[in-house]
Amino acid sequence: MSRTLATGDHVAGHALAMAGEANRDARGCCAGAYPITPQTEIIEYLSAYDFTKGRIVLVESEHSAMAVCMGAALAGGRSFTASSSNGMAYMTENIFSAGYYRLPTVMIAVNRTLGPPWNIWVDQGDSLMMRDAAWLQFYCDTHQDLFDTIMMSFRVAEDPRVMLPVIVAMDGFVTSHTQMVVDFPTQEQVDAYLPACVVPHHLKHDHPTTMGGMTFPNETELHRFEIQQSMENVITVLEEARDEFENVFERRPAGVMECYETDDAETILIACNTMAKTLKNVVRERREKGEKVGMIRTKLFRPFPRKELLQAIGQSSKVGVLDRNHSPGSGGIFWQEVATTLQGGPDVLLQDYLVGLGGGDVTPENINAIIDDLQRRETASEPQWKDTTK
Amino acid sequence: MEGHDEMSAITPSKPYKTHLLRPGNTNCAGCGMSIGLQWLDEALGDEKPVMVIPSCCGIVTAGAFPTSGYGAPTAATTFASSPAVATGISAISRMNDIDNPVICWAGDGGTYDIGLATLSAAAERNEDIIYICYDNEIYGNTGGQRSGATPTGSVTSTTPHGKEERKKDIMGIMAAHRISYAATLSIGHRKDFLRKVRFARQAKGFRFLLMLSPCPTGWKSEPDQSTELIELAVRSGLFPLYEIFDGVRYRINFQPDNTPVSTYLEQQKRFRQLWGDPGRLQAFIDSQWRHLDGMATVFPANIQDAPG
Ligand SMILES: Cc1ncc(C[n+]2csc(CCOP(=O)(O)OP(=O)(O)O)c2C)c(N)n1
Ligand code: SF4
Repeated sequence: MSRTLATGDHVAGHALAMAGEANRDARGCCAGAYPITPQTEIIEYLSAYDFTKGRIVLVESEHSAMAVCMGAALAGGRSFTASSSNGMAYMTENIFSAGYYRLPTVMIAVNRTLGPPWNIWVDQGDSLMMRDAAWLQFYCDTHQDLFDTIMMSFRVAEDPRVMLPVIVAMDGFVTSHTQMVVDFPTQEQVDAYLPACVVPHHLKHDHPTTMGGMTFPNETELHRFEIQQSMENVITVLEEARDEFENVFERRPAGVMECYETDDAETILIACNTMAKTLKNVVRERREKGEKVGMIRTKLFRPFPRKELLQAIGQSSKVGVLDRNHSPGSGGIFWQEVATTLQGGPDVLLQDYLVGLGGGDVTPENINAIIDDLQRRETASEPQWKDTTK
Repeated sequence: MEGHDEMSAITPSKPYKTHLLRPGNTNCAGCGMSIGLQWLDEALGDEKPVMVIPSCCGIVTAGAFPTSGYGAPTAATTFASSPAVATGISAISRMNDIDNPVICWAGDGGTYDIGLATLSAAAERNEDIIYICYDNEIYGNTGGQRSGATPTGSVTSTTPHGKEERKKDIMGIMAAHRISYAATLSIGHRKDFLRKVRFARQAKGFRFLLMLSPCPTGWKSEPDQSTELIELAVRSGLFPLYEIFDGVRYRINFQPDNTPVSTYLEQQKRFRQLWGDPGRLQAFIDSQWRHLDGMATVFPANIQDAPG
């Protein structure tokens, strides 16, 4: 174990490299890599890494980066990549392919606004766009959370009860380009934590099949149904991965979500990534003043943990969602998920706030204003736009 | 390590008895792919490839899940991705000492058009892949629309009055990447076909083979005329048989014998605009041969290039 000061991109690159290296006694690892701000430092880190049995393929596009990962996984290797924003949009066709092929690739999404107009700052719209692609999705707040989640992701993705790819998201710049103290484990610890990657349906010479050929509606329906069932196994597998993580690394990362002061809260705010850190501080201050406020940091977004969220919301009467993303014509994507979760359940006033779109700084003042607004409200209204520049 | 037992069951190159193209495949009668795949199989002998096939007729050949028209492990990729998926397969296979050839089998749409950037990048990286384009000069799978490979004058479902533009010179594009081997294949010239596939098999790095592939459905030709049509395409000079070594040394394998191109055109209703007057297509043939003859004279292949 070594304690280091590192940027989010460096942390992600190092985690992917260690996971790839851990498969050296098995089939090795291979990644397709293509640069885009603010993810580029990850693939630069990987390109410089001296793998015992691995290869980083420097491709001509994100579409091909994911294609290389798919090929590697189809040949039974461990695979991973990283992207952001328009890169992920360009990769879309193959992101869906990897999901439907059920290949356990891990992709780091460094969240960045989609353009044009060109904007390199944080906005979760890029990875959220992939919500229907049969990928798991995690959102991380700190550098340590990021490292630990990447490690757990390989375990969960490659577990035969799941066998689906995983997106691990962090905030562009706020996380990717700032440094925090992180505990890196030794390679031996990672080797002990990650079993050899086995893709049961990889291409086999003694049993030739066509992977991804044609299916008719009945098989297709079954295929989707099985993916849904695997999604339903994720939380169990994730909890096992956390237990084993604690055994090997002697700390316990957050799993499905992080709840803070929710037990007796009347008002609960929901956020992800670094926004949740600011929110937590604001909630602490307001608690000190005696207000019954709480916060939930959503970490696992796919599968969406409806049961766990309902439990966390408990008896609270008002819930506000901070969405750093926008689905034009609807609202925030996290809000849509929470609304579905509350459907037919407890009588809760649910309000959406669109904040920090395009990377606007979300300050404690902004969040205090939102909490004030929520506490005053008697009915919910359309998603509220908060001008975070004020 | 956990999982090892299962892994040792993943055989490297264990020979098994099944043909590359199996009965029950869905190719139309007279489809060029049927002969091409059987000769590919024959050339490779006991060694089975991994097939990487993008969206195109070639993946429909496999039929519906869970059956497979291919007697080799096959990955169906997205339309533009076969060389990149093949890169990942080849990378992991080679680091595990599995030497079976990784073969992309793609139509002209996946090669000349949507997949060109991916193809170019895999060639530039000199990946250990054999890329075979079966060129039926249309988007067959979607019902016969024009592609960058459609020849001048040909009627397709999106060029009802005949295509105006020239066919792209994909061999020239691939040669410009200085890949170790590029060659054209004819299903009317069996010995030449087998020799080239075998040469490609032992050559290193990225290899490119272009096969003119009759499509009776889109060419509006008789299924039993497919091999004859390709022979005519070669003899008239429309489809030259040649090889390019390291992108710079040329060898012509067959000299045209003054067979008029009209004998080729007049058996295909897609060329009905050119019946009686091959016009611009003849001009295309002439300019193609001026270039090819020049290259083969100034930059000839040497004796080591293609051991018999
Ligand atoms: C991204 C994408 N765009 C369009 C299609 C629809 N499509 C499937 S096959 C095909 C044409 C294939 O043509 P070609 O590569 O020449 O092969 P052929 O079908 O003629 O054998 C098209 C346009 C697709 N599958 N994917
Ligand atoms: S449409 Fe043409 S290329 Fe496709 S299978 Fe039929 S004959 Fe072959």
